[in-house]
Amino acid sequence: MDAIILQILNGLDKGSAYALIALGLTLIFGTLGVVNFAHGALFMIGAFCSVFMQRLLNVSHQIVDETQKDFLGNPLKVDVPYVKEWFGDAFGSALIDWSVPIAIILVIPVMLLVGWIMERGLIKHFYKRPHADQILVTFGLAIVLQEVVRYFYGANPIPTPAPSMFQGSIDFGVLLGFDPNAVVYPYWRLVYFLFSAAIIGLVFAFLQFTTFGMVVRAGMADRETVGILGIDIDKRFTLMFGLAAAVAGMAGAMYTPILSPNYHMGMDFLVLSFVVVVVGGMGSLPGAVLSGFLLGILQSFASMNEVKSIIPGIDQVIIYLVAIIILLTRPRGLMGRKGVMEE
Amino acid sequence: MFGLDQKDTKFLWIVVALTLLTPFILNPFPAESAMAQFNAGYPALMQRFAIYGILAIGFNLLFGLTGYLSFGHAAFLGIGSYAAVWMFKLVSMNVIPAILLAMVLSGLFALVIGYISLRRSGIYFSILTLAFAQMSYNLAYSVFTPITNGETGLQLSLSDPRILDAENTSGSLPVPNLWINMNASWDLHLGPWTFTLNAGYYLCAVIAIIAFYLSMRIFRSPFGLMLRAIKSNQTRMAYTGLNTKPYTLAVFVISGMYAGLAGGLLAAMDPLAGAERMQWTASGEVVLMTILGGAGTLMGPVLGAGFIKYCENIFSKINEGILHDWFSFLPDPIENVVVWIGARFVGDGWQLTLGVLFMLIVIFLPGGLVEGGKRIAKRWSKKTDTTTTPAE
Repeated sequence: MDAIILQILNGLDKGSAYALIALGLTLIFGTLGVVNFAHGALFMIGAFCSVFMQRLLNVSHQIVDETQKDFLGNPLKVDVPYVKEWFGDAFGSALIDWSVPIAIILVIPVMLLVGWIMERGLIKHFYKRPHADQILVTFGLAIVLQEVVRYFYGANPIPTPAPSMFQGSIDFGVLLGFDPNAVVYPYWRLVYFLFSAAIIGLVFAFLQFTTFGMVVRAGMADRETVGILGIDIDKRFTLMFGLAAAVAGMAGAMYTPILSPNYHMGMDFLVLSFVVVVVGGMGSLPGAVLSGFLLGILQSFASMNEVKSIIPGIDQVIIYLVAIIILLTRPRGLMGRKGVMEE
Repeated sequence: MFGLDQKDTKFLWIVVALTLLTPFILNPFPAESAMAQFNAGYPALMQRFAIYGILAIGFNLLFGLTGYLSFGHAAFLGIGSYAAVWMFKLVSMNVIPAILLAMVLSGLFALVIGYISLRRSGIYFSILTLAFAQMSYNLAYSVFTPITNGETGLQLSLSDPRILDAENTSGSLPVPNLWINMNASWDLHLGPWTFTLNAGYYLCAVIAIIAFYLSMRIFRSPFGLMLRAIKSNQTRMAYTGLNTKPYTLAVFVISGMYAGLAGGLLAAMDPLAGAERMQWTASGEVVLMTILGGAGTLMGPVLGAGFIKYCENIFSKINEGILHDWFSFLPDPIENVVVWIGARFVGDGWQLTLGVLFMLIVIFLPGGLVEGGKRIAKRWSKKTDTTTTPAE
């Protein structure tokens, strides 16, 4: 029993990332009808916003510390980050420590802007083109974004630790009445899960309870009629693209303590996220979220040693296998709407 | 001739001539001159032109004719390579059994994958093929390591049995052969020029010509017409009472066998096989070659493959120092800026160039190089025609 709970928990953080990316992909597909292969790159850019924030807060200059001596007896030169100088030692180091969550403040405007530029500059011209063209042009864009990031940050993964407060693990089993140390779960993964649950909740609330969201939903259902009613639906859809980019970016920024970001992490996540979207049903937001978590958890079950000893290699292929089965038995995916991309 | 009409026969002869004369055409600069770095007439690169040409021709049969965008074609390439290397290890260093097994095995895989994937079309087909390719890639790295040798890649070794060959006593690894060794080359010195005629390249070239001829026949056949009909309106085909599945499956298998053949040849030229050949970025590269040259045209994919492989090689070789030499006629500040920008796109930055190229082609020239050529030709003929025909 405790093993099962542990695997469910392990699947949650990966599942959250899949769900967030898939949510963005579905938003873009549902509103603009565009298949965005650059979405993984947006996730990656978000992750590197965290790296940027970490570096920014650590910008420092050397001062000569008279109280410390090096081995020759000369006064020691120490690097002091500017934030420590400006805000005092305690608050400054706290800022540096919390660089990953702070990056969220940076990620949202940056990603909204990136999304807006992408949509207005490139995607706009591809509404009427076939899906194959959209896939290809966004694939090219993904390569470009990836290479630009590689130029600035190099090819190696950059460790970005979580705040020290969250670096330990929580003994989750004790809360549920199991033996101590049976279900141990890192704090940050829990934070990530709660964070993504909150984001997903916010996106759904935005679409469900605001006038803006209502118009967008109406546009998703019948774009033409909404246009006839005198609403500039394109403008709102552009904003939705920005929102989708921001969701992917936040997913990436917060994921950095779990997986040190490297420049091709986006591609790795993209393929899986596409599979997630298809399993959930093209154009269905709840389907994307559901299948994201489902596949994340399935994957973590498949990587249990007990399962691997029965079917070797299953952990590597489970997601693709599930996708193939779903696509062949349920053409619409788990929760796809009737008539949307069915053939 | 060969079941082609006159125009196509002429076209085929031009292709044959170009292919066989490649070592000369691609070496326009004398060996000692400063421009020699732009020569592409060395064996390793020419072999790759021919091999990736075959791959792109095969991919084009599927994508160009039926419009089914497969994102998993690299899997067949990888399977072909592994099959060929195993033949080298177990049976003989002769390339014929290796290539045959590579084609048969990748054909079988294509049959299974195609049978399942072709139940859906459009983006779902792309994702299904992508899923299969990623599965093969992941499995090659994990469970199948006894067969694929994991990250190290499958290589020849001295202790391989090779039941048909005479015992290898030379103490060095044998080279794939077709009675003559594949890396046997003959240098031809003509004045300052040096041309390398390589056995491996000519094997690839002959196979590429056969592959091209077959694809030409398929393009012109009723079968090809049927495939084009499927591309333009699959629903209507279904309404007229025609089951399109056998046709699409047949072309998928053919296309997979082309990829397997290319994989087998890659292994024959350099007998090692690694899983990275199956990665989905490799599949993306094939798609790019086809699009760049012009999907659905006969010659386009070959041009695209050649163009990309040439740029990959040349761009990767250029570095900042060479750029400084080129732009030294500019005033210093401008030179530095130009060189800095240029340097981002060469050497390590080749991937960036590839991405930008990809986008530019899809945005501005969806028909690829062939369409670009046609447009220029049209504009040219219009310019000359204006005197004879009045404006409409």
